[in-house]
Amino acid sequence: MNTASRRVLPGFGLGLGYTMLYLSLLVLIPLAAAAVKAADLSLAEFWAAVWHPRAVAAYTLTFTASLTAAAINLVLGVVVAWTLVRYEFPFKRLVDALVDVPFALPTAVAGLVYASLYVQDGWLGQFLVPLGFEAAYTRTGIVLVLVFTGFPFVVRTVQPVLEEMDAETEEAAAVLGASRWQTFRRVILPNLIPPALTGFTLAFARSIGEYGSVMFISGNKQYETEIAPRLIFARLEAFEYKEAAAIAVVLLVASFTLLIAVNVLERWSRRHDP
Amino acid sequence: MTRDIPLTVQRRPQTDPWYVRYTLVGLTLGIVGLLVVVPLANVFGNAFADGVEAYLGYLFGDADTRHAIFLTLMVAPVAVALNTLFGIAAAYTIARFRFRGRTLLTTLIDLPFSVSPVVAGLVFVLLFGLGTPLGGWLRGHGYQVIFAPPVLVLVTAFVTFPFVARELIPVLEANGPEEEIAARSLGANGWQMFWRVTLPNIKWGLLYGIILCNARAMGEFGAIYVVSGRIAGQTDTVPLRIEKLFQGINDRDQTAAFAVASLLTMLALVTLVLKVAVERKLRAEQTKKHE
Repeated sequence: MNTASRRVLPGFGLGLGYTMLYLSLLVLIPLAAAAVKAADLSLAEFWAAVWHPRAVAAYTLTFTASLTAAAINLVLGVVVAWTLVRYEFPFKRLVDALVDVPFALPTAVAGLVYASLYVQDGWLGQFLVPLGFEAAYTRTGIVLVLVFTGFPFVVRTVQPVLEEMDAETEEAAAVLGASRWQTFRRVILPNLIPPALTGFTLAFARSIGEYGSVMFISGNKQYETEIAPRLIFARLEAFEYKEAAAIAVVLLVASFTLLIAVNVLERWSRRHDP
Repeated sequence: MTRDIPLTVQRRPQTDPWYVRYTLVGLTLGIVGLLVVVPLANVFGNAFADGVEAYLGYLFGDADTRHAIFLTLMVAPVAVALNTLFGIAAAYTIARFRFRGRTLLTTLIDLPFSVSPVVAGLVFVLLFGLGTPLGGWLRGHGYQVIFAPPVLVLVTAFVTFPFVARELIPVLEANGPEEEIAARSLGANGWQMFWRVTLPNIKWGLLYGIILCNARAMGEFGAIYVVSGRIAGQTDTVPLRIEKLFQGINDRDQTAAFAVASLLTMLALVTLVLKVAVERKLRAEQTKKHE
C-alpha cells in the first residue's frame, strides 16, 4: 500500500471529497461558527465571563471531582485488569464483559439509578446514610457517578499490556533471585505506568464533559454542586449566549490539552516498539 | 510456599501466593458487583416495583412516553445511517491511500469525542438559534430546525461521528489492498470491487461500529437536552423523558422513570452481547486470514 495504489485502486477522489464535505458540514463549520460567536466578546467581557465567581466555583468542582474519580479509577482499573489477565475464577468472562457496561449504558440511566441507590431509603443508602455517607445531592455523589462512567478506561488500556507481557522476563527476574515483590516493582510496574496513565487521562477527560449522569445526582445547586457543563446550560437558558460560549471555550481548551496528553502518553508507552 | 527456582516453565497465573490471588479476585468481584451489577439490578427492581401490568402501562399507556420512544426510533437510525456512509468513505480513503494531511484528517475525525455533549449542543444553538442569522433565515423560509427533529439528528450525528470510521480503519488496514487490486486487475469496475470485495471483507467490523454508534445515539442526553427545548410529546427523546419523569413529584412518576430506563438498559445489554459475538467473529476471521 503506497503512492502507487492511487493508480490501481479507484475511489480516492470520491472518498476524500465526501469525507471532507461531511466533516466540514457537521463538525468543522459549526465549531468555527461557535468560535466566531465567542470572539464577539471583547477580551474584558470574555475575561469577566470566564472568571465570574460562579464559573470559578463550577470549574473547581468539575476538575476536582473529575480528578478524584480518575484517581480512584486508576487504582480500581489496575486491580481489575490484573485479576482478569492473571487469574482464573468462576464467571470470569461475564465479569470481563460487565466492565464495558458503563460505556454502553446511557448516562441518563446511570444518573437515575445512582441517584436512587444512595438516597436514604435506597438499596445502598439505607445502610450508608446512617453511617454518615451521604451521596445523593452531594459532591460525593458526583464523584461516585463519575467513577462509574469512567470505570472501563483504565481496565481497557492496562489489560492488553498485561496480556502481551511475556512470561520470560518475569522468569528471568525470578531465576536471578528476585522476590515476587521485587519482580513486580522493577519489571512489571514500569510497563504498567504508561497505559495506566493513558487510561487515567481518558477517564479524566471524559469526566470533565460529563453531564447527563451528574445532573441527576448532584441537585445542581449554584456554588455547591453545579458543574461547568450545567453552568453553560444555565447561561443558555438565560439567553446569555456569549457567556455560555466563553465557558465552553475553557472546557474545550481543557479537553484538547488532555487529548494531546493522551497522544504523548501513547507514544511514550510504545517507545520500545520497533 | 517453597521458593524453588522453577525448573519447568510455570503457568503464570499460579505464581502469586494464594492469599494475593484470593484478595484480588474478591476485590474485583466486589468492585464490578457494586459499581455495575447492583445498579443494573436496581433498574429492573424499581421498574417492576408495581408489577408487570403497571410496567407495561408506564411504557405504553402514556402518550408522551410513547412519543419519546417513537422519536428516538426515528432520530437515531438517521444519524447512524449518515455516520455509516461517512465512516465507510473515510476509512477507505485513510486506509487505502497516502496523501498530504492524512494524519490531520484522522485526528479531526476523533474531535467530536473530546467535545462535551453540552458544548456540542451549544454549538448548534449558536448556529441555528432563533436570534442567529442562519436560524432566522431558515425560520423565515418555513424551516424549523432548532427545537425540532432536524437539530436532534444533527447533534446526535455530531456526538456519534467517529464510531464507525474508528472501527473500520484498523479492520481495513489489517486486510490490506491485495484482494482489491486483484479484483481490479481481473477487470472489475470500482463499484463491483467495492460491493464484492471491500464490503464483504469489512462486514463484521462495520456491524460492530454500527452497533456501538446506535447504542450511543439512542442514549444521548446532554447535547439533546440543550438543543431540543424539551417539549413533552414533541422533542423529548427517551433519555429526556426519563429525566422529566424523575423530576415528577409522585411515586408513580419515579417508577415510570425506571420503567423507561429499563428499555435503554436492555438496549445496552443487547449491545454488549452483540459486541462480544462480533468480536469473536472478527478474531476468528483474522486468525483464518493469517494461516
